[in-house]
Amino acid sequence: MLDILNSIVVLSNYVLIPAITYGSQLALGALGVTLIYGILRFSNFAHGDTMAFGAMVTILFTWLFQSWGITLGPLPTALLGIPFGILATAALLLLIDKFVYQFYRRQKAAPVILVIVSMGVMFVLNGLVRIIIGPNEQRFSDGERFIISAKEFKLLTGLKEGLAFKTTQGITIITAIILVVALFWFLNRTRTGKSMRAFSDNEDLALLSGINPDKVVMVTWIIVAALAATAGALYGLDKSFKPFIFLQLLLPIFAAAIVGGLGNPIGAIAGGFVIAFSEVVITYPLKKVLKYLMPENLEPTGLVQLLSTDYKFAVSFTILLIVLLFRPTGLFKGKSI
Amino acid sequence: MRKLLLATTAVALTAGFASAEDIKIGVILGFTGPIESITPDMADGAELAMAEVNKSGALLGGSTVTSVRGDSTCIDSGAATAVAERQITSDGIKGIMGADCSGVTGAILSNVALANGMVMISPSATSPGLSTAEDNGLFFRTAPSDARQGVVMTEVLMEDGIKEVAVTYTNNDYGKGLADAFQAAFEAAGGTVTITAAHEDGKGDYSAEVGALAAAGGDRLVVAGYGDQGGSGIVRAALDTGAFDTFHFPDGMIGTDGLASFGSEIDGSTGQAPGSNSAGAAAYAAMAADAGFNGGNSFSGESYDAAALIILAMQAAGSSDPAVYKNHVMDVANAPGLNIQPGQLGLALQALAAGIDINYDGASAVELIGPGEAAGNYRQISFTGGKDTTVQYR
Repeated sequence: MLDILNSIVVLSNYVLIPAITYGSQLALGALGVTLIYGILRFSNFAHGDTMAFGAMVTILFTWLFQSWGITLGPLPTALLGIPFGILATAALLLLIDKFVYQFYRRQKAAPVILVIVSMGVMFVLNGLVRIIIGPNEQRFSDGERFIISAKEFKLLTGLKEGLAFKTTQGITIITAIILVVALFWFLNRTRTGKSMRAFSDNEDLALLSGINPDKVVMVTWIIVAALAATAGALYGLDKSFKPFIFLQLLLPIFAAAIVGGLGNPIGAIAGGFVIAFSEVVITYPLKKVLKYLMPENLEPTGLVQLLSTDYKFAVSFTILLIVLLFRPTGLFKGKSI
Repeated sequence: MRKLLLATTAVALTAGFASAEDIKIGVILGFTGPIESITPDMADGAELAMAEVNKSGALLGGSTVTSVRGDSTCIDSGAATAVAERQITSDGIKGIMGADCSGVTGAILSNVALANGMVMISPSATSPGLSTAEDNGLFFRTAPSDARQGVVMTEVLMEDGIKEVAVTYTNNDYGKGLADAFQAAFEAAGGTVTITAAHEDGKGDYSAEVGALAAAGGDRLVVAGYGDQGGSGIVRAALDTGAFDTFHFPDGMIGTDGLASFGSEIDGSTGQAPGSNSAGAAAYAAMAADAGFNGGNSFSGESYDAAALIILAMQAAGSSDPAVYKNHVMDVANAPGLNIQPGQLGLALQALAAGIDINYDGASAVELIGPGEAAGNYRQISFTGGKDTTVQYR
């Protein structure tokens, strides 16, 4: 019995908790990508660096509050900075839309042109972030590090294996749930949300029925800013903030959005967790778990690892390929690309 | 008669002017990149040697040396070779003090130094692969090969009673070379390496890597990485998940800001970095403190020695031509001859000018063996109370 408990603890510590946290971060990112695809009809490659920008503003405000001596006690001060990060990101995205994307929208440019334009925006944003905060790693977390640390857990339960649950992991999961619930309430229950869905379903029909396209576009960018800034700040808080990381994060985020079905918000969330769990599970060696579950003479001598951790990103690629081959519209019905 | 006198003085003067030149030496280190927090002290060390030589005025009939700094980036071979190429063709350097990390050093050696016949003395490239690289007698290092560091690491761990370790290394020439050397030495001494796994620098999240290391298990985690990069990411994730409590840190981690940020969380860990307790090391540390930098930092003394060896070899050869003075590097570094400590470069130059042999000892007790690399002295370090303390020298 103890062995089974130990194996569950090991699995939670190294697989479940990290994967759920990572999945929440990917889901928030993928929601932003999928909203832009559904309503503005292009793949926004600048999304990773939008997240970096939001995280950066959050960090700057966090430092400001810390220098003023304002903290949240056991919670990280960054939570106070996130609203300002969202405001700054929203302002930035609306400015970019006004000066860049609007021009191409008026021209009725093909989606592929908008994709290339978004890559240009990506490079500019990436440079902007590095100019303002520098290319180095920044730490801005404070408050209690752990809800329960591995040592405390061992003392508390008397088990041989420890389970660590970081404050930042807890905050990431809770914030993601709150944001997702709020987003779905907004899309399904409010007038603006419904007009956005109508615009996404059929643009011409929506325009005929008197929906103001400029307002839809503006609201979309604001929601995307909220999602991106929060996702970026949470990722930086939980892991570490380096401007280049968000560029690497773009691949799993797009994989999540496409696997779930581009343009489908439920799909983006499901896709985020599918990608996160497969990345973590496939590269996790089961030796320690099996050691507790198998009879003594059957214990594995090898690591029982499907793929070396070096190939983590290859996992998201592979899943992406398989889904595109067999179900081009994604797991949940999205738009095919 | 008067005319003749004037003419001879004029000739003597011009001859004097012609031989006194401004010799440029390239200082190619990773001022940006994964070891950027230790390179400023390294460059200051090299430039301290040059300043000392200039002050003495005894080099090659009053020649002076000037440092030309270049950024090797530590990891980008393309950028590093471009910098070396530019220094040779447009700045006209006569020798390279560098590079720092093994990968870029090998790249500069094979792509630039060999083609241009340029002497390179690296203060910190430690990959065992460089011992056998083709170098036409142009490449030296004041840092020992990691084959030696692997043996020292094994001794430190074995004396602590550690028989089972997990190893993670940064995925490049330095990390792979050190991990292989350590594994060979550790297993030969009867220890077990449960897993050897690479990690990539510059990622945000190392929990998957740490998961694999934890599954394999071990009494201690050996982190053959960079302290300002993935190495500290691994340590952070290992501490957070409770996978490992104590670690062993080779030279790429010691003295970096990344490692210092852990404070007392890594108490009980061990490590080693090149260093010696010779009189020279203390003298050098005092000189560095006067000049306003930390000479005790990793590879700072080795950098001073590398620059000093280039200059002394020039003096011994009577020429700043790399093709000529490359044959004198081993002579000035090793016995027999007058023993030279840091701060005695002027004396050494005068001795060489007078035809007296010298045995340069310098800040790191330089003794070049085999293909021109340091025999290797290490400072064994333990972490207690949030600080690294020197246990002994090996």
